[in-house]
Amino acid sequence: MICPRPAPGTHPPNNSPGYRSTILRHPKEPLVIIPHTLSELTGPVYPYGRINVTDSDLTRQHPGEPLGERIIVQGRVLDEDGRPIPKTLVEVWQANAAGRYAHRIDDHPAPLDPNFSGAGRTLTDDEGRYRFVTIRPGAYPWRNHPNAWRPAHIHFSLFGSIFLSRLVTQMYFPGDPLMPIDPVLNSIPDERARQRLVSNFDLNVTEPEWALGYTFDIVLRGSNATPMET
Amino acid sequence: MAGLTPFQTLGPFFDFGLVIHDGDLVARPGAEGRHILIEGVVRDGAGEPLPDGLVEVWQANAAGRYRHPGDGNNRTLDPAFDGFGRVATDTCGRFSFKTVMPGRVAGPDGKLQAPHLAVGVLARGLLTRLVTRMYFEDEASNADDQILALVPAERRHTLIAKAGGPDRYRFDIQLQGEGETVFFDV
Repeated sequence: MICPRPAPGTHPPNNSPGYRSTILRHPKEPLVIIPHTLSELTGPVYPYGRINVTDSDLTRQHPGEPLGERIIVQGRVLDEDGRPIPKTLVEVWQANAAGRYAHRIDDHPAPLDPNFSGAGRTLTDDEGRYRFVTIRPGAYPWRNHPNAWRPAHIHFSLFGSIFLSRLVTQMYFPGDPLMPIDPVLNSIPDERARQRLVSNFDLNVTEPEWALGYTFDIVLRGSNATPMET
Repeated sequence: MAGLTPFQTLGPFFDFGLVIHDGDLVARPGAEGRHILIEGVVRDGAGEPLPDGLVEVWQANAAGRYRHPGDGNNRTLDPAFDGFGRVATDTCGRFSFKTVMPGRVAGPDGKLQAPHLAVGVLARGLLTRLVTRMYFEDEASNADDQILALVPAERRHTLIAKAGGPDRYRFDIQLQGEGETVFFDV
């Protein structure tokens, strides 16, 4: 099989009532299982839109420096056999250090930062590596349940090499006390799978007197080594 | 085998990070083929439009070739055609794409599939990407399509865009409830 289906428990069920917004948005009819054809085993592998140097350094997109704790987030994008996925688009977006998104409908009464937009993009290198410089995002409240707060997180979007390898996810920070009570993270049934979304603090990535470093490797569906058939 | 990285929701605040310039332009104006407009609305189980959804499409060019190294057939690539589109829904849940009618591509055992787009739907309140397909009304080859044949007959209509004028197609996406769109386990 070219692209095995994910192990049970890896992905969250769309019907996860603890995350209230899923209630009216998850399909109730069973998903129809289909074989993989060229339509699923090809996909948008070429970069869309221009990528500038400052797109991967979210602290350099404005005249001044953003407020907050400067961090480096880097990692590798791999296929299911652990092979790197080169030249694949990685997009990120996040709240600022105060926990506020630069988004028109975010009404959390925390300050916007004129020097921080919170969106970035880059391509992986030949070894599947990516690297962002950014600001550690703040936790923020949401209205899912009384006194609900999202743990600090950075949103990630990746394409990988085929339509089936598309992934949108969130990266969390080690030791965040909000993680055990977050309905979004805990919608993932398998504890080991949940742990894969928690980045590692890494002193080797940390740059002295400048920024703490975190590593976050990402494994996408599919195998780059397997020749694709029609 | 390494463990897969799990999905998480897009959340409500994605559009400053994910919307791409000309994301609705699946085929550029000079692309070969019949140029068409696809438009639709994404709705939830209460019939409310989603103002914070993201719709992505992927398709072959008019000759039936994907711009991807995995497509080894010798039909011609079209320099004005990439085949990918991505748009956020507007405040009324609407989305649209400008593209060309896709050619037919090989199916499970080499038989040609009916013209279709692969479609992914992401949103706040969706913890994964929902995958579906869009086919076209009045395509005779729909009757022989092996993927459509796997869908219960009474629900097939949810995958078929309706002609809504010359070179315009309407494809609504119902996440839940009456007329729920067929989504695939891929």
